Amino acid sequence: MGKTECILSMSKVSVKDFFGKDMATRDAYGHILVELGKNNPHIVVLDADLSCSTKTALFAKNFPDRFFNMGIAEQDMMGTAAGLALSGKIPFASTFAIFATGRAWEQIRQTICYSNANVKIVATHGGITVGEDGATHQALEDVALMRVIPTMTVIVPADAYETAQCIISASEYNGPVYIRLGRAKVPSVLPEEYNFKIGKAYVFNIGKEVNIIANGMMVAEALKASEILNKEGISTGVINFPTVKPLDEVSLLQIARSSKLIITAEEHSIIGGLGSAVSEFLSENYPVKIKRIGVKDTFGCSGSWKELMKYYGLTAENIVKVVRENLT
Amino acid sequence: MTDLSFLREMARKLRVEILKMLTKAGSGHTGGSLSAADIVTALYFYKMRHDPKNPKWEGRDRFVLSKGHAAPLLYAVLALCGYFDVALLQTLRQINSPLQGHPCCKSLPGIEVSTGSLGQGLSVANGLALGLKLNRSSSRVYCLLGDGEIQEGQIWEASMTASHYKLDNLCAIIDNNDLQIDGCCREVMNIYPIDEKFKAFGWHVIKIDGHNMEEIVAALDEVEKIKNKPSLILAKTIKGKGVSIFEGKAKYHGVAPTSEELEIALKELNNGKN
Repeated sequence: MGKTECILSMSKVSVKDFFGKDMATRDAYGHILVELGKNNPHIVVLDADLSCSTKTALFAKNFPDRFFNMGIAEQDMMGTAAGLALSGKIPFASTFAIFATGRAWEQIRQTICYSNANVKIVATHGGITVGEDGATHQALEDVALMRVIPTMTVIVPADAYETAQCIISASEYNGPVYIRLGRAKVPSVLPEEYNFKIGKAYVFNIGKEVNIIANGMMVAEALKASEILNKEGISTGVINFPTVKPLDEVSLLQIARSSKLIITAEEHSIIGGLGSAVSEFLSENYPVKIKRIGVKDTFGCSGSWKELMKYYGLTAENIVKVVRENLT
Repeated sequence: MTDLSFLREMARKLRVEILKMLTKAGSGHTGGSLSAADIVTALYFYKMRHDPKNPKWEGRDRFVLSKGHAAPLLYAVLALCGYFDVALLQTLRQINSPLQGHPCCKSLPGIEVSTGSLGQGLSVANGLALGLKLNRSSSRVYCLLGDGEIQEGQIWEASMTASHYKLDNLCAIIDNNDLQIDGCCREVMNIYPIDEKFKAFGWHVIKIDGHNMEEIVAALDEVEKIKNKPSLILAKTIKGKGVSIFEGKAKYHGVAPTSEELEIALKELNNGKN
């Protein structure tokens, strides 16, 4: 991709502009980051040679003095981001999710989190929807890897509107944050009145039998599934859980009390992500039957992202099937 | 005129405190704390602008102990500067002590960043240096590295970054004591030539005897004059320096003195008292 092609637009945008837009969460990130840069001189951005893909190139174009391309060196990028944070800046460090959380995991643990450095790691290309690049580039473990580190906040937004809001929230929050974004275009799911808060779930509706707890692009699939199930007479609710850590325990208890079956749905390994977080909490506090939908402890593979969603069962149809099989 | 004899005396006191706290703790890194004692003395008592009464003072110079296992050295110098009571040094490595086995910036004033996992400090120092430049601050950043530590690949990523962003407010110092846990650096994984490597990466390199206070002070003065590139002070040192029974012995990398050894060591150090 040429340098000029990756620059999408530089016109003024506000969070509300992202409402109702079907777009990739990484695109929303690129645009809102420029706005953030205009409003806060302490925002700095680092990237590891993927700025056209992560969309930080937009920020670089607007604020070249506050953008640091670190080359293909993610470990150094995380350490440098920590140093910038410790000198009073608010660094956003971006690359693909697998390299951010995999290659640089120990740097994030030791230097960023143990020092409580105010670094925002915004990783794009999370999950299977990376598509054709295949398993090496599909992060299915990133949420697990980040969630396990003390002090880290972990956010997986569902659409462009939520992305724009959570980027702003992260910039206002003092402490390390991991935000996982996607490559593929996702439909708008959150209503205009939606107000993202770190650690708060958003209830679309609570079902009397089944409740689907989802984040990222699985929220759209969960909504489609609930429509089908409700038509069949199975009372099904959908709850958006953008913050995997800290978990909204209050909402979870309310949901559990109204559920015969809980489904978790995420574009991530079923080990260590949202499904695990929900299961850990509810098994100790309000045991209820839970089925986790996600990638089942396997690597991804090449294909179009739509094919891959079907291949790994990350679809409304599969959610419906799992509910039918498990609702007794 | 720099009072070199004052600096030498402070370095001696530093060594005494390091050995006393390590012996009390019963574990910790003796050799690499002693080898960098003269350099760290010159930084804290001669070169760096800092205020022990106001550790977060914006105008301070920053010190990153990338070789975090030399924590006793950092704790001793901070205590002697007055950041906290010297008596606290006796709690090193104990439960509930702010003096963790490796430095933790959240528990003790005067520590810029938590370190201990080797290879990461130079990147942080770069970030600090970039941030200070953005803030139009004249503060400088000093980063102390071990020689074995430069086997970590991240050091070379960071050395590219420092040069790429022309970080002339950054000075890295390598404590070249030539020993790591498993033996001589040359034998474990050859790191030489260090000077040529950093020169090739675009750094200004100064080679000194890391125990000669005059050379240390001169090098720290020189790096301030270097523009548009980062500086490296490659300090040839002796592991365990100052106490003959520890000098040049890889064994004392991660072993604390026994009380008998401490007695011998203190006698030797006190003989050198000015």
